[in-house]
Amino acid sequence: MGEQVIQTEKLTKRFGNFTAVDEISFSVSAGEIFGFLGANGAGKTTAMKMLTGLLAPTSGSATVAGFDVYRQTESIKRGIGYMSQRFSLYDDLTPRENIRFFGGIYGLGKREIAEKGERLLDSLDLTEAADTRLAALPLGWKQKLAFSVALLHEPKLVFLDEPTGGVDPLTRRRFWDMIYQTAASGVTVFVTTHYMDEAEYCDRVSIMVDGRIAALDTPEALKRNFDAADMNDVFIRLARPAKRGEA
Amino acid sequence: MKRFIAFVRKEFYHIVRDRRTAAILFGMPILQLLLFGYAIRNEISEVRTGILDYSHDVVTEALSDKLFSSGTFRYAGSLASEKEIPAAFASGKMNEVVVFEPGFAGRLQKDGVAHMQIVTDGSDPNVSRTVTGYTESVVRDYLSEQRDGSVQFAGVEVVPVMMFNPSLKSVYLFVPGLMAMLLMLVSALMTSISITREKESGTMELLLVSSLRPAQIIVGKVVPYLLLSFINVVTVVALAFFVFGVPCRGSVALLFAESLLFIMTALSLGILISTITDSQQVAMMISLAGLLLPTVLLSGFIFPISSMPVPLQVISNIIPARWYLVIVRAVMLKGAGIAELWRETLVLLAMTLFFMAASVRKFSERLQ
Repeated sequence: MGEQVIQTEKLTKRFGNFTAVDEISFSVSAGEIFGFLGANGAGKTTAMKMLTGLLAPTSGSATVAGFDVYRQTESIKRGIGYMSQRFSLYDDLTPRENIRFFGGIYGLGKREIAEKGERLLDSLDLTEAADTRLAALPLGWKQKLAFSVALLHEPKLVFLDEPTGGVDPLTRRRFWDMIYQTAASGVTVFVTTHYMDEAEYCDRVSIMVDGRIAALDTPEALKRNFDAADMNDVFIRLARPAKRGEA
Repeated sequence: MKRFIAFVRKEFYHIVRDRRTAAILFGMPILQLLLFGYAIRNEISEVRTGILDYSHDVVTEALSDKLFSSGTFRYAGSLASEKEIPAAFASGKMNEVVVFEPGFAGRLQKDGVAHMQIVTDGSDPNVSRTVTGYTESVVRDYLSEQRDGSVQFAGVEVVPVMMFNPSLKSVYLFVPGLMAMLLMLVSALMTSISITREKESGTMELLLVSSLRPAQIIVGKVVPYLLLSFINVVTVVALAFFVFGVPCRGSVALLFAESLLFIMTALSLGILISTITDSQQVAMMISLAGLLLPTVLLSGFIFPISSMPVPLQVISNIIPARWYLVIVRAVMLKGAGIAELWRETLVLLAMTLFFMAASVRKFSERLQ
């Protein structure tokens, strides 16, 4: 594959004596769907925070979208999209206002926001509900809108932190269609999930155990290597020896 | 700047969308002021006074006249004997009886001491105390007018003069306190809630991951409430002036400037609270118990600081509202300027800077 969008080398984060992330090294290439798996407390969130420029690493090195995680966090933030676990947008604002706000804080121009916003509302079939408060919309729509909003400033890389929590299987499937389309357009997708069937949809999957990357490969290769029937099996075999308890 | 404006606009949406909060924010100052102004009054407008005069001389008649011409006391009849007093009180016909001893004028002339008794309906001690005080001051007034070399008064030591609030209007006292309370409530409580709400809903993460700087987020949160609080100040001052005739004897500009400073203090407290906790509930509890109660109880709003036990007096020093109250009262009622108030202003300024520094430190700690 071509250009490396994320590249880490022995990236480490310690909180006092506790090593949350222990020398992880991996790279993600452009247009890839990269699954970032791990049990609760394995260090996923900490690793994500370092990669999104929220948390300074203790040691090691990493570049995200071509920028250094120590010195260029502002550039990283501008260059990435982010969707959080609760696909949080503002419930008391309408879809159109949410778009305008997030476009605004990413520094998009007024006309740009208006054009993109209309196109986006149209493609999501939200035009009619554009001026209804978000709180009144079904979860699936909010989720799609949150994803689109994360892509509004056309980042090269988007982080999705458990983007499908609490959503029914059909909606989840539709959401993955959106992820595929996005990746096909050249955007790299970095996704965490607890659903092992979703792990199968990824190009490559890394599984974190106790702050380290215990395995990293395509889903097929992982299943083959661990002689497992599905990703669920792979995950349980890797995560069972974990020393850290459930958070 | 464009980003910042987008952020502030969003904050205003939040405030306007949440109808109940908006209603509270704008309605509360008006409601509170009317409540304090009309319902909660310490002054007594009409004292139904009976006279029991065993002397009927020049001095007692003159004293009675003086009493009833003050506007506060209404003549409710004369009594012939002390035995009639309980019945008069019980029926509500009177709530005060002034008793003059026999030979009042003569004794005053001869001994310099004459006795009169003020009997009040003690079922409401506060009212009684106030009524007694009023009556005493009327008598003293009279005596000091009549005073010449030949008459000596034993036991009359202090003549209290209410220079700045001659009619003892409680609304004069409540307005400054009310302003302090409202500003604390709107600024500190609302800011802390609005920041913790972003944390609860997970949108804070989005903001932090966006290219907005933490400082922009904080300032963006603060600006709308700064504006709102300022509107509240103007509303309260205007209402106090037009409805209750509370004057602003000092500079209005100074009053507003000091209020802005106090708003900043409260806002920085609100931010500090929101850096300590992630939940709206906790933020609200801390704001109410930790800020509002002391503001009401320890700032001198209701209970004078000088009459508190010493430990509480010491504690009252760390309550921002205490200093703000001194400033507002001085500016509004005494017409004081910055020359008299620079110390209090400095204290507020120092507090604000301290809270801000503390919250910036807390905030960046969390990001470590």
